[in-house]
Amino acid sequence: MSTATASAEKTELKVVSDATCTFCGCVCDDMELTVENNQITKAKNACVLGKAWFLNHNIEDRPMATIEGRPVSLDEAVERAARILTESTFPILYGLSDTPCEAQRVAVAIMDWIGGNVDTTTSVCHGPSGMAFQGVGEVTCSLGEVRNRADFVMYWGGNPAESHPRHFTKYSLMPKGQFVPNGRKDRTAVLVDVRKTKSAKAMDIFLQVKPRADFELAWALRALVSGVEIDASIEQVTGISLEMLKDVAARMKAAKFGVIFFGMGLTMTRGKHLNSEAILALARDLNKFTRFTAKPARGHGNVTGADNVVSWQTGFPFGVNLNRGYPRFNPGEFTTTDVLTRGEADAAMIVASDPMSNFSQPAREHLAKIPSIVLDPKLSDTAKIATVAFTTAVYGINTGGTVYRMDDIPIPLRPAFESPFPSDLEVLQKIEKRVKEIILERRTKS
Amino acid sequence: MPETFVLIPGRTSRQGTSLNEGKYSAEYQEEINTVLACPADMARLGLKDGDRVRMWNELGDVVLPCKAARGDEIPPGLLFIAYGDKSCQFMGADTHCSGMPDSKGMDVYLEKVSQ
Repeated sequence: MSTATASAEKTELKVVSDATCTFCGCVCDDMELTVENNQITKAKNACVLGKAWFLNHNIEDRPMATIEGRPVSLDEAVERAARILTESTFPILYGLSDTPCEAQRVAVAIMDWIGGNVDTTTSVCHGPSGMAFQGVGEVTCSLGEVRNRADFVMYWGGNPAESHPRHFTKYSLMPKGQFVPNGRKDRTAVLVDVRKTKSAKAMDIFLQVKPRADFELAWALRALVSGVEIDASIEQVTGISLEMLKDVAARMKAAKFGVIFFGMGLTMTRGKHLNSEAILALARDLNKFTRFTAKPARGHGNVTGADNVVSWQTGFPFGVNLNRGYPRFNPGEFTTTDVLTRGEADAAMIVASDPMSNFSQPAREHLAKIPSIVLDPKLSDTAKIATVAFTTAVYGINTGGTVYRMDDIPIPLRPAFESPFPSDLEVLQKIEKRVKEIILERRTKS
Repeated sequence: MPETFVLIPGRTSRQGTSLNEGKYSAEYQEEINTVLACPADMARLGLKDGDRVRMWNELGDVVLPCKAARGDEIPPGLLFIAYGDKSCQFMGADTHCSGMPDSKGMDVYLEKVSQ
């Protein structure tokens, strides 16, 4: 990292090299940011999403904290938050995918102190894949290995051209790697999707699968890879001809290093974890013939970090309940949509997430009824209904810390300038301290 | 006469860029409140860009503008909408023991709304 500062009259100019973009799961760490008077004016190397992320970042004129919409001091808000959490019987924690690992760690610790429910945006993202990992296992690799080795790259149920714009150029298709010296020419690229998205243009083969037929398509490929004959009627089921499927299966087996990046087109569609299991099993099967891996394409900047932190603190990646004093993992029971829909949660702490704008209606209705604590840099539907709302600094732009890239590689953050707002970590540490004090006071009295 | 479609909510590049201007920006709101269909389906239903349609199923019921998708991006019988309040109204609360509600591939009805 190099930082150069120059003063020209009233303009303070700073260049931050090797900064990290936390907008998506690629967390590209080669940004060169030009900062003028606490405003990022250039974001070299950033994609269209990264540029929007950096260049639109302003210090907003909002209160640092509110209680029921009324501006209050930070300490007053912390006190109310700690009271809400310690006086509830089924407190839940949700979000965490857009905050550094250091803050995630403290958030989970708070739930540990009060016997709460820990869940992250993973449960409505690649949670089903997390279940599939436990059923099948994961043949995995880093994006560096993909860059240097992969000669067969398949995207399934995702649209990286729009969701991860640098995935093709930085990791998977375009780079000239050690064992693929001619870059794109040395790689076969395949897209499986129900829509012919912008990503299709970058591919050699596009398989337009019928809606809700991903599971059947994955199993057809598994069968063909294993030498099992299947009927030509598979085309009526999946929309893909048997001839095409045989060709793709042969290419997969002939590859020296293959990878499947799979997205939420699988996890959000009928079948869910069974779809992910089918993809992971296909990759596993292919290792009888060659080296083959499968990776979920993760969305938010540190959703992978959330999985890692919750796993090393509780033993499970999401949907964990600590109410009995030990962790219990059960998707469908302890995942946030479910505990809200059943009306079980009686308090919520939401960190860097907006469930009021993306949860099902019954879940949203219950969340709006219970006291909630929300930490978010921006105003959101969830912040609007919060009992206690904290405006926090933006991670990666205003605060440091650690995030995990979608391939589980930890990446340090290099902030561009300071924010007048506290970081998630600072707020959570204050809440944890006060929660511990209240618990200790209660124990002393009893 | 309403027709049945399969609704696929998803993320878009425009949603990603306008998100940074704020979820209440006009561009973001337009993106999450417009449903896309293939040009052939639009023509058959007598729809043009900006026409309002009613989309509903047993869970949700919304009226919103529609737009033709570019080229052959969307096949006949499919609808696309950027994730947001409208798409969430079609998500069921049941996660089938997975934590994940059915969030893509929902059956919906669609019909033109008289101006």
